[in-house]
Amino acid sequence: MSGDIRLQVSGLGKRFGGVIAVKNMSFDLRAGEITGLIGPNGSGKSTVMSLIMGLTRANAGAIKLDGVDIAGWPAHRIARSGVSIVFQHSRPLQRQTVLENVKLALLPDSLVRLVTEASAAERARAIAERVGLGGVLHRHPWTLPFADLRRMELAKAVARDPKVVLIDEPFAGLTSAEIKVFSDLIRTLRDEGRAVLLVDHSVKSVAALADRVIAMYLGERIAEGSADEVMQNETVRRVYIGGKIETVERKAAAAEGATLLDIDAVEVLYGKAKALDGVSLRVQQDEFVSIVGLNGAGKTTLFNAISGLVPYRGAIRFDGRDLRSLTAAAIARAGVVHCPETRELFGHMSVRENLDLGGGHLSNAERQRQLAWVFDLFPILEQRQTQAARTLSGGEQQMLTLGRALMMQPKLLILDEPTLGLAPVILGQLSKAIERLRGERSLTLLLAEQNVTFALPHSDRVYVLDHGRITWQGDPARFAREMSTGYL
Amino acid sequence: MAVLRLRIVWIGAAVILIAALLPFWLSAYLLGILTAAYYFGVFAMAWDLLFGFAGEVNFGPTFLIGLGAYTAAILNTFGLPIPVCVIAAAFAAVVGGILLAVPALRLRGPYFGLVTLVAVLLLQNFIVIFAGITGGEIGMTVPDVLSIDANVNYWYALAFLALCAVLLFGLSRSAVGLILQASGQDAVGASALGFNVTKHKIAAFCVSALFSGTAGAMLIFYMGTASIDTVVDVAIAVQIIIAAVLGGRRTILGAALGAVFLIVANEFLRPLGQLNTFVVAAVALAVILFFPEGLLGYALHRGERE
Repeated sequence: MSGDIRLQVSGLGKRFGGVIAVKNMSFDLRAGEITGLIGPNGSGKSTVMSLIMGLTRANAGAIKLDGVDIAGWPAHRIARSGVSIVFQHSRPLQRQTVLENVKLALLPDSLVRLVTEASAAERARAIAERVGLGGVLHRHPWTLPFADLRRMELAKAVARDPKVVLIDEPFAGLTSAEIKVFSDLIRTLRDEGRAVLLVDHSVKSVAALADRVIAMYLGERIAEGSADEVMQNETVRRVYIGGKIETVERKAAAAEGATLLDIDAVEVLYGKAKALDGVSLRVQQDEFVSIVGLNGAGKTTLFNAISGLVPYRGAIRFDGRDLRSLTAAAIARAGVVHCPETRELFGHMSVRENLDLGGGHLSNAERQRQLAWVFDLFPILEQRQTQAARTLSGGEQQMLTLGRALMMQPKLLILDEPTLGLAPVILGQLSKAIERLRGERSLTLLLAEQNVTFALPHSDRVYVLDHGRITWQGDPARFAREMSTGYL
Repeated sequence: MAVLRLRIVWIGAAVILIAALLPFWLSAYLLGILTAAYYFGVFAMAWDLLFGFAGEVNFGPTFLIGLGAYTAAILNTFGLPIPVCVIAAAFAAVVGGILLAVPALRLRGPYFGLVTLVAVLLLQNFIVIFAGITGGEIGMTVPDVLSIDANVNYWYALAFLALCAVLLFGLSRSAVGLILQASGQDAVGASALGFNVTKHKIAAFCVSALFSGTAGAMLIFYMGTASIDTVVDVAIAVQIIIAAVLGGRRTILGAALGAVFLIVANEFLRPLGQLNTFVVAAVALAVILFFPEGLLGYALHRGERE
């Protein structure tokens, strides 16, 4: 079934400041083959994709398209050579119709060709009909359902007959019926002899489709083979589930505390896509609660709703107060401190300045005390006080994010994927720090993780979030018994 | 779409016809104001091509206009005929535009806008320093004028505006306009579709410069003088920007309407004395706050939704 090598990636490397995103990646994409590139959030798979497309420039390595090294070429030249990409989030031209949006992809990169050739219009129509947009050719993108927008992106990507098609999270936000249709469309691309790369966070979603799967973690390839082989692979299992699940019995005392956070039937829409669908959960005073779920399950959206960063339906109460009427800044001052997965450090400021900003509302003496405590928790931050935050390594940046949040003296600390893209040794250090927090201060923690092994030892209770809904809740011991199989 | 385009053609033709007949009713004074307003309309349309389509905010449209205007004025004092001066003005503006855009477009975010703003100040200083040829702060008198008849001047301006509107509007609706719009809205997406975004943006800057420089030259041959206050000052640049935003981003024609509205409103409110600029600015601010898509943009968008 598989043919010639179309795209050959060798020794690819990319670093952003102090963070190594991709390290010595090598793989081939063959004509008439669907390859899955999987890895947990932050593993570098999206970076690999944008390196191939030329949207980011590699620091090392070669990318050969039919034997020609295209690394370092501008994106438009790579696109003209036969590589195309289907973005997860698209920004179509809103004033143009679906047909015109597809036609755009067929236009020559010319400054003088003012009139669209009739053949281009014909071809655009044919492609749009092929992906199932025949009925909506003359509608505007903002009137279309989400699945049709994805079809339109697919039509644009295949319009100029590419040799290599890169697809980012092919099934994100689609219903199971739509997933089937999209899978068939992607199979057609393979049968036409194109090399297809599906980039996704889980093996499961691409297993049925991919002829071959490459697994990535921390910027490196950790496994390659058929979907089954990769799913069975010991390293892959350890990366996703984190190996053996350990739980620590908690005293029941926490359960008796007053309710600190009360989330009632919260719903969030992103345009046409429903990111959260009737989520309700409670967190008691001094309790550590984990929300586990794969990338795209809605964890970040839930946290953004709590912090007042996205509009929502339903009610969120903290310490008896309705948070809806408060601004994001007022919510943070009320004691809800959010460490986003993107960390949002002030990159050009020093470590010390980042920490001082976190403790900006404290008196001098109190700030010094708080700072001493944070430095005690993360000694490395004390050594790096004068260094600019963006030059820190990924693990150090995560410690600084946590340190800055603690400077704000939170009542409720929200940690969104603190393990994102971090090496196991750093995870151990973070884990110890979180354990110490429980012992030393009165603190309530809401933690979102896809790394279950990291989350469970710190949790009094666990919620599982899947496609915007809470599908399971219970204590960690029960989670280990009921959910540990089949989570991957 | 085809119907809409037809409708715009018919409305446009009707508007031009009515405008062409205005000299039979209006006083020479009012015609003079409209004449200036029409050239101003071309400035605003050329600016909208950059802002509305290429997605780049050029804070210095008067750099391009001033280059054209002063090139034409200086060459005219050496005795060159008006058509040659106008062509040379367009050429000078395009060259200046390229020299500015090529390095500036490498910068991201607000830096492009800042560079264009600094360019205006540079040109202004240059004119003051070389007062010997440019007339400095006082300005310079241009030997030739287009015509001494107010009606003829008016028709020249109207024809020029109509020609520019057809060319710029046509360009914005062409295949190239579509690519430019995509580049402005999602540069990453456009480059992944195989379009050299920088090339298209520089080309848009050149087209904008071509029209700005030509219009600048025409304006000074109408007024008979060239001065910093009329074609270079940052205040003029701000008025052009307000006119284009007022009329409607990404509409081209809206920019011309906005410019005419702004200048005519300024004139009608002249009895208010000092207050008149304030009132016009307040109206512009209200439109921008409540109809961020501009007057024509709002009207078009409502049409689309129905």
